[in-house]
Amino acid sequence: MYDGGKIIIGLIIGIGLFLSPFFYNAGKAAKAPEPELTAMAKEAKVCVAQKSYMRESHFTMLDEWRNTSVRDGERYYTAWDGKKYYKSLQVTCMDCHSNKTKFCDQCHNYVDVDPYCWDCHIVPEEKK
Amino acid sequence: MGVDRREFLKIAGYAALFGLGGKAAIDILAPGELEASMQGIPLTQGKRWSMVIDMRKCLKQQEAGKDGCKECMIACHREHNVPDWGNPKHAIKWIWQDKYEHVFPEHPNQFIDEGVRHKPFILLCNHCLNPPCVRVCPTQATFKRESDGIVAMDMHRCIGCRFCMAACPYGSRSFNWGDPRKAPKELNPDYPTNRAYPERSMGVVEKCNFCVELVAKGELPACVQACDKIKVHALNFGDLDAPESNVRKLLREHYTIRRKPALGTEPNLFYII
Repeated sequence: MYDGGKIIIGLIIGIGLFLSPFFYNAGKAAKAPEPELTAMAKEAKVCVAQKSYMRESHFTMLDEWRNTSVRDGERYYTAWDGKKYYKSLQVTCMDCHSNKTKFCDQCHNYVDVDPYCWDCHIVPEEKK
Repeated sequence: MGVDRREFLKIAGYAALFGLGGKAAIDILAPGELEASMQGIPLTQGKRWSMVIDMRKCLKQQEAGKDGCKECMIACHREHNVPDWGNPKHAIKWIWQDKYEHVFPEHPNQFIDEGVRHKPFILLCNHCLNPPCVRVCPTQATFKRESDGIVAMDMHRCIGCRFCMAACPYGSRSFNWGDPRKAPKELNPDYPTNRAYPERSMGVVEKCNFCVELVAKGELPACVQACDKIKVHALNFGDLDAPESNVRKLLREHYTIRRKPALGTEPNLFYII
C-alpha cells in the first residue's frame, strides 16, 4: 500500500470527527420530561383511561374520537368506570390539561413529533 | 301451468300494497311514536334536516334597519370562528346574501316584482339529498350523514383539492387561502370568537354544517336562534321526514321555491317568496 501510514491516520481522523458528537454528548442524555399536571387534573385523579394507556396511546384514542364524533356523530365516550365524557380535545382534554406547554409540548419536543392538532384546535390561554 | 301472467301481477300488486300499508299500519298502531310526532320531534332525532326561509319576513326586517339585518350571519360566524378577510375573493361563506337574480337564475324575467328585484336573499348550504360535492370528494372528507342528512365536512381529511367547490352548483363552499388566524386583526378584533369550536387551517375547504354540534345538543342552529331572538322567525329549521313538523307545515301552507331544482340535487332549503 502506497502512503499507508497517511491513509490510516487520515481514516482515524475522519472516523474520529464523524464520531465526535457521540463522544461529546456521552453520558449527557436529556432526561425524558415528566408531563406536569394542573391542579384540576391532580384533583380529578383519573383521566378518561388508565394512565399507562394514556401515556402510550393517547393519540390512538384521539384519532378514534375524532373519527367517531365527526363521522358517526357519537359524541360521548364511556370510560372504563362508566363515566361519560364529551369527546373533544379542545373542550374536554384541554379543560383539565390547560397547561399545553408543560403537558403536551415538552414530550412532543423530546420525541420530535409535530402533531397538527393545533393548526385548527384552539390552545387554552396559559398564564406565563 | 300454476300461475298465469294475470294471476302473478295480482299477487305482486297485493304484496306491494301490503308492504306499503304495513309500514303505515305500524306507524299508526305504535301509539308512543304517534305521540312523539304530535309533540314535535326532539332536535337530536331528525332524519332529514331542512330549512324553510320566509323571505317576506326576512326582507321586511332587512328594510326596517338602516344597514339591513345581518343577525343570522353574525351569529353563525361567531359560533364557527369564521374570519372576515375584507376581500370578497377570499370570503369564507357559511351563510351569506346575494341578489334574487343571482340566487334564482332560472327565473329570468325581464320585468319582475319590485318586492324581490335586486333584493338580498339569505343563502347557505342546501344540504342536498343528492349532493354532488360528496360524490366528487376523493378523500371522503365531505360526506352526507346517513342519520339526519346533514352534508358535513371532516376537516381532518380535507386535502384542499377543491373538486367539491367545482361540483357545488350553489357556491356554498369556500377555500381557505390563508390561515384564519392571520386574518386582518382590525376586521376580527375578538377572533377566535368561540373557544369551544375549532378554527380551520390554510388550504382546506369549509362550508355550513347546519350546526351539527348544536343540533347534537338539542339546540337550534345559530342562525335560527339569532333570527328567533329578534322575533322575526324567518328561518325555520325542522325535519322534512316528519309529516307534522314545522317545516312540513310551512311547505303545505305556502308556495315555496328551491335553487336550481332542475339539476336534480334535491336541495333541502326552501324559500317562501
